[in-house]
Amino acid sequence: MTEIVLDPAPSDRPPPRLEGEYLRLVQQRRLYSFALLAIFLLLLVSGFIAADARNAGGFWDGLDHLGDFPAEVLSEAWANRARIPGLLIAFLPSLVETVNIAAVSTLLGAIAAVLLALLSTRGLARWPRLTTVFRRSMDAFRALPEVVIALVLIYILGGGPVPAMIAIAFHTAGALGKLFSEVAENADLKPVEGLTSVGATWGQKMWLGVIPQVAPDWLSYALQRFEINIRASAILGFVGSGGIGYDLKVAMQWGQGKYDQVVAIFLLLFVTIVIVDQISSHYRNLLVKGRAQ
Amino acid sequence: MRSAAVVGRSSINLHWLAIDPLRSFPISAATNRGLRVLELRNVTRMFGRKAAVDNASFVIDRAAFIGIIGRSGAGKSTVLRMMNRLTDASSGEILFEGRDILTLEGSAKRAWQSQCAMIFQQFNLVPRLDVASNVLHGLLNRRSTLATMFSLWPAADITRALEILDRLGIAEQAPKRAEALSGGQQQRVAIARALMQDPKVILADEPIASLDPMNAQVVMDTLRRIHEEDGRMVVANLHTLDTARRYCDRVIGMRDGRIVFDGTPDQLSTGVARDIYGADESFSEDATSTSIDRLGSGPDRRFAETMISQ
Repeated sequence: MTEIVLDPAPSDRPPPRLEGEYLRLVQQRRLYSFALLAIFLLLLVSGFIAADARNAGGFWDGLDHLGDFPAEVLSEAWANRARIPGLLIAFLPSLVETVNIAAVSTLLGAIAAVLLALLSTRGLARWPRLTTVFRRSMDAFRALPEVVIALVLIYILGGGPVPAMIAIAFHTAGALGKLFSEVAENADLKPVEGLTSVGATWGQKMWLGVIPQVAPDWLSYALQRFEINIRASAILGFVGSGGIGYDLKVAMQWGQGKYDQVVAIFLLLFVTIVIVDQISSHYRNLLVKGRAQ
Repeated sequence: MRSAAVVGRSSINLHWLAIDPLRSFPISAATNRGLRVLELRNVTRMFGRKAAVDNASFVIDRAAFIGIIGRSGAGKSTVLRMMNRLTDASSGEILFEGRDILTLEGSAKRAWQSQCAMIFQQFNLVPRLDVASNVLHGLLNRRSTLATMFSLWPAADITRALEILDRLGIAEQAPKRAEALSGGQQQRVAIARALMQDPKVILADEPIASLDPMNAQVVMDTLRRIHEEDGRMVVANLHTLDTARRYCDRVIGMRDGRIVFDGTPDQLSTGVARDIYGADESFSEDATSTSIDRLGSGPDRRFAETMISQ
């Protein structure tokens, strides 16, 4: 057996050669960090100067008036605050339509995202050679903004909630698919291997071995996407998809005299987002901690 | 004929020599037809340029309890994984009742896997699902995919799963999540899943390597009991010599992907073990022990015995 002899009087200082090498490494790291910071600041300043030149110095002139519009809206809403509860009730059906568009598009998009994610995740994919195809498909879905798809669909199908729903679902499939796939990549493969060993099919392995692991994160992402889609659905109202976005567009175009409506609509959207966030937290906790304890 | 079969490192052409059964086991009809039950013929598995399993051959001609021993990286797990078709072989044949299982694909491959249960070192259960669901997964190949995905199990299957859990002494754990159980209990759930498959072969890949000595003995006792009571073939990778000697009817030793020993536990002397593990004179079997016999007579031993008797 080898006996390990410890130095009876260890030195307080490390060997000079080691200390010198370490200090040189630290100095090198500091130099790189400083160079990166300098490049970043240079890009920021030059970019700002270019942007300011393009709007003919409008940025500095406009800076003083940044708070004018919100102040005008809020002051008018405050003066007519007694009307706000009535407006909240009046705009509720439009909000329901907007939330419906967001809910259906999130559901359809999430279902497509689950399939795309599982088919494009390394180690889980049904056809490993086609993972690149599914990944690029998701990239394409994400690259197209909802408003562009909606405008094309409104031109073809006419106005209304259906084009908005399809447009948002497309974008959701791409965006959620990528997030779902990243979560699935980190899933423990041991349960999947256990199911493989009993002769399970690919669908059984995914449904019973992967989804119970990733469900809390997937649900959290899906509900967050639902929040985003409520906002997207409202924005699409501006281009003719109906819902509360259309009411907001009319109120803002009208301008003074309708600002209490603008505030009421924003309040409704804010409360809806808060409720969705609370539901998301509740169900995520339920899935993580579980009932069967 | 009965003798030890320790071979030189260059020689792998071993034959297995019959050993006396500990008990009378039912023998497959295939054996009566003259077919050997499970046979590996010159099986090789390459990972890059390295042979994880190098030209391995052996025959198991009845439902015995076989232990495969060897150092980490000797190729034990790869042999078992090839038998279950979790890993493909680079060359060779694995015959079960005369049929080469390495040629099976698709549903035929899955059907074989459903008859060839696998128990893993890390249990490989679905941690967020309850214990009973994990046991029912043993039937995934024999029930409709859609029904199993929505947990629509026939009442008879559920009853059988609970009976198996009861047999293994963990029926009260059925509604709990698998992740809430101790390592030893999780391994017993994995054994229950294997029994649910009603398998022809049970493969156990280091079933006690993640367990403390107390739970290790419970799990090995359980496997041995299943083998004796049900007459099932069990092939287990084991890390420790005392476990192999205590539980196995026959021991296969592997080193660097090759089979270097094939004989009875009695023939597994310290010298043979040194050869299998590539160790020198300082090799101590106690250092590899997981048995509570090595715990001495102190409180740890008494605690372990109390737990095992429960």
